[in-house]
Amino acid sequence: MSKVLMKGNEAIAEAAIRAGCLNYFAYPITPQSEVAEYLAWRMQEVNGVFLQGESEVAVSYMIFGAAGAGVRVFTTSSSPGISLMSEAISYLCGAQLPAVFVNIMRGGPGLGGILPSQGDYLQATKGIGHGDCRLFVMAPEGVQEAAEMVMRAFPLAEKYRNPVMILGDGLIGQMMEPVEFPDHLKSVPSNKNTWATNGMDHRKSKTRNLVRSLFLDSQILNNNNLILRDKYERMKKEDVCFEAYNTEGDYRILIVAYGTMSRVCKTAIATLKEQGIDVGLIRPQTLFPYPEAAVREAARKESCRHVLCIEMSMGQMVEDVERSVLGARPVKWYGKCGGDVPTPEEIIELVKSTLALHKSY
Amino acid sequence: MQNEVMFAGFGGQGILLSGKILAHAAMEEGFEVAWIPSYGPEMRGGTAYCLVVVSDRPIGSPIIKNPKHLVAMNRPSLEKFAQAIKPGGVVLINSSLITVDTGRQDLDELRVPAGEIATEAGNGKAANIVALAAFVARSKMVSLDALRHSIEVEFAKRPNLIPLNIKALEAGIKAAE
Repeated sequence: MSKVLMKGNEAIAEAAIRAGCLNYFAYPITPQSEVAEYLAWRMQEVNGVFLQGESEVAVSYMIFGAAGAGVRVFTTSSSPGISLMSEAISYLCGAQLPAVFVNIMRGGPGLGGILPSQGDYLQATKGIGHGDCRLFVMAPEGVQEAAEMVMRAFPLAEKYRNPVMILGDGLIGQMMEPVEFPDHLKSVPSNKNTWATNGMDHRKSKTRNLVRSLFLDSQILNNNNLILRDKYERMKKEDVCFEAYNTEGDYRILIVAYGTMSRVCKTAIATLKEQGIDVGLIRPQTLFPYPEAAVREAARKESCRHVLCIEMSMGQMVEDVERSVLGARPVKWYGKCGGDVPTPEEIIELVKSTLALHKSY
Repeated sequence: MQNEVMFAGFGGQGILLSGKILAHAAMEEGFEVAWIPSYGPEMRGGTAYCLVVVSDRPIGSPIIKNPKHLVAMNRPSLEKFAQAIKPGGVVLINSSLITVDTGRQDLDELRVPAGEIATEAGNGKAANIVALAAFVARSKMVSLDALRHSIEVEFAKRPNLIPLNIKALEAGIKAAE
């Protein structure tokens, strides 16, 4: 299939259809409204469903209903909208239902702004909802990867019977890049007859499936949480994804960055290389499960003196970087938010000033 | 080798479309491309701009402080971006609306009355295509054949607009000579 030029938001929309998801509920919000705009006509072409809810809260329970009935379903929103959905995300986790959420982040807190940001990292990876719930979180660095992650998200959500989130930022949503939708990422929904409320006649069964997150008996609730915990541990073993960039040789500085920020870092790293300064980069593609071992190993390389975590936030992923490095190397955070993306020039300056701290080596 | 061009003007001048047509032409020629719009809070008639990056390698940062080239369709755009352009870059100035120049000696300035040329070609709204064609003819960011084809693809759903835009393209190329 040849490449087409698409906005990130449009590519996300098309990727969901290619992945066999024909149910989309949403409420518009900048900077991801093009997803709804695109699917408003495209879902008709494929006999799918697009329904604009009266609010994000309503949308999130349309997702719950559709997921409980065993069909592939997804929604897209941006930071404040995701906050409104967080109650239902917790319910989905508790009831073990698969669904895909896309968060094209904007600046916060509160109503914030509409420009790109990575301020929802902690929300997505650690605090998406009440109770002991976790999301599987992926972060693309461009339009092609956003499309591929959406296509992978549906089978992953079904594998774990847990919601999956794609965490992008406004730039990835708004930017146009060439994109193709690989056929090998198409998938068919996995067997849902053991849990979905899709009708006993339909699945020729005499047993009732019940979708719920209410467990008043302490033992039963504890058991449910143990099941969830096992799943989150399995995610860490089986589905961690990251990219290692310029880490083959020696480097004195290691950068950890994701999404748009990692692209900016790659440009800085290429320029520094021309000046004879090698810098390694670990780019987490899954934010939960986090590539702890990869970050730790890259930081502990003998040549490495300092780890930099660069984010479009006031310091969120840096907590995971510190947790991974475990004190083996100093970790420094650098970032901006509100829509100003740190430039390659700023990162080059940061690397050089950090290197100057280690002159004695 | 990486090339960047900033298209800038006011909302309604077809700035984002010009950038998209160029990005599409470069993609068809096998380059890596990225098209980055300004999507901040804007008002009708306010500024509109987009950056097109064309490279023979995967594109890193989509944020570029000093683009190589500029297509300025109105005066505020020229004033906003002229000082940021890299030395040696092409700066296309829509002289139908801009009476000043960049004031720099290290740029390849090209003044084209895109509005008048487009009106002569049949419709003043095609000024963006005139400017785009003149810019490409001077900067050679993509081949003129690829640009022509990209215009045909862009207007495929409104084929009645193709002859006008091709006429605007040819007139733009001529203006750059």
